[in-house]
Amino acid sequence: MPHIEISHVSYEYASAEGPVTALRDVSFGIDTSEFLCLVGRSGCGKTTLLNLVAGFLRPGAGEIRIAGQAVTGKGIDRGVVFQDFAQLFPWRTALRNVEFGLEVKRTPAAKRAETARRFLRLVDLERFADAYPHELSGGMQQRVAIARALAYNPSVLLMDEPFAALDALTRDDMQRLLVDVWRETRKTVLYVTHNVAEAVYLADRVIVLSPHPGTVKAELRIALPRPRDPLSLSFLECQRAILDHLGAR
Amino acid sequence: MTAGRTGSVARAVAAFGVAILAWEVFARSGALPRAITPSTIEILGAVGHMARDGSLFIHVGYTLLRIGAGLAAAAVVGVPLGMLMGRSLRVERFVLPLVSVLNPIPSLAWVPVLILWFGLGNTASIALVFYAALFPLILNTWTGVRSVNGLWIRAAEAMGAGSGAVFRQVILPGALPFVIAGLRQAFARGWIAVVGGEMIAATSWGLGWVIFDSKEFLNADVMLGALAVIGLLGFGFERLVFGALERRTVERWGMVRTARA
Repeated sequence: MPHIEISHVSYEYASAEGPVTALRDVSFGIDTSEFLCLVGRSGCGKTTLLNLVAGFLRPGAGEIRIAGQAVTGKGIDRGVVFQDFAQLFPWRTALRNVEFGLEVKRTPAAKRAETARRFLRLVDLERFADAYPHELSGGMQQRVAIARALAYNPSVLLMDEPFAALDALTRDDMQRLLVDVWRETRKTVLYVTHNVAEAVYLADRVIVLSPHPGTVKAELRIALPRPRDPLSLSFLECQRAILDHLGAR
Repeated sequence: MTAGRTGSVARAVAAFGVAILAWEVFARSGALPRAITPSTIEILGAVGHMARDGSLFIHVGYTLLRIGAGLAAAAVVGVPLGMLMGRSLRVERFVLPLVSVLNPIPSLAWVPVLILWFGLGNTASIALVFYAALFPLILNTWTGVRSVNGLWIRAAEAMGAGSGAVFRQVILPGALPFVIAGLRQAFARGWIAVVGGEMIAATSWGLGWVIFDSKEFLNADVMLGALAVIGLLGFGFERLVFGALERRTVERWGMVRTARA
């Protein structure tokens, strides 16, 4: 049984021109510890789908189950990382940002600081524990956000284009780091992106969504061994296959 | 940093020097009778005299007590009320019309009413400061709550925070830049109110009363000395209280920036 099961999910939202169908009859599963990338053009509903899994939105039809339990709202079995650097709390240091989820769980202070420090080390930022977010670069802030989403030990990590606002070189570093973090923590990851190369670099499996309304267009397994070489022929072939499904060629 | 701080002190001193020089030129020009345009030395002498006999400190103490009590009461009422308005549409719809009607009434227009209710003395002055300070606190806090980044709330909720934790851990610190701005404005308006109020509603003590009382005896040096003390106290509060509060919180956190040039 997959860790996350998305079954016949549809979602409509209201607009000035009447209701718009963002997602129609979307079904797929994500296995435990699998890294799944959701790829599609802007407006294909990929972020909407992530928000449904996160419990920020409720599906109009269909059902999402995590570990067999129907999703009815937000829950600490999931950690979320957003695209916007502003997701960190500016009045808390990097360490205290990472401690937030543990505070909510009422973890004792000593244990909390120790755990938060461990996760900052995991994203290679232990030296910046006492820095405030505005003192960190964009890439560092996103690493803090990843540590924060992992520190309270959710089984699922939901990531909504977390590296889209970073420069290309930093993004490459972040992708390498994320693969390391994922291998270390064995989380089930749902990662939304419109960047095909990023999806091929990161994912075990890629789901391509087509827009208006969002439906599953294709599903591709990326069988390349890690670490992956983005300049290898097999890597480029995977990219080409996805681009074909996106109608980009 | 140190060089910048020294430079800013030097510039402030220069600005005061120019202002004092301009006053001296005007005072000695004979445009107005010398008796009512005392020189800087005479003004300082009047302040010095009040300091030596101790009356200056009692006046200052009374004025600070009145503004402190009024401002504290306004903060205790205004900040929570502004928070509630920002969180609940029902509270906003109930409170906002009242605020919109009461806010434009100049606080000094209430002085006769307050004297009627509370008589002359501290209570009327404190009530006046309360009135003057309340609305900037309500309105700024309300705006602050509404401008808290929605992503912070979403992130906190994703980490399991309930509405109480979101309020304490996200809304309160997130609204702080506006709350501090509200305190600043409230202090400025309270300061205007307390001095004005003391002129009419106070008996024997307070900086406003000093100014008004000196009028009876044509003591221009005392009047201007009291004005200078009022200005310096306001300056001190701005630098030592509000400036320091900002530097330690919202500036430290990068939530507000300082101008670079």
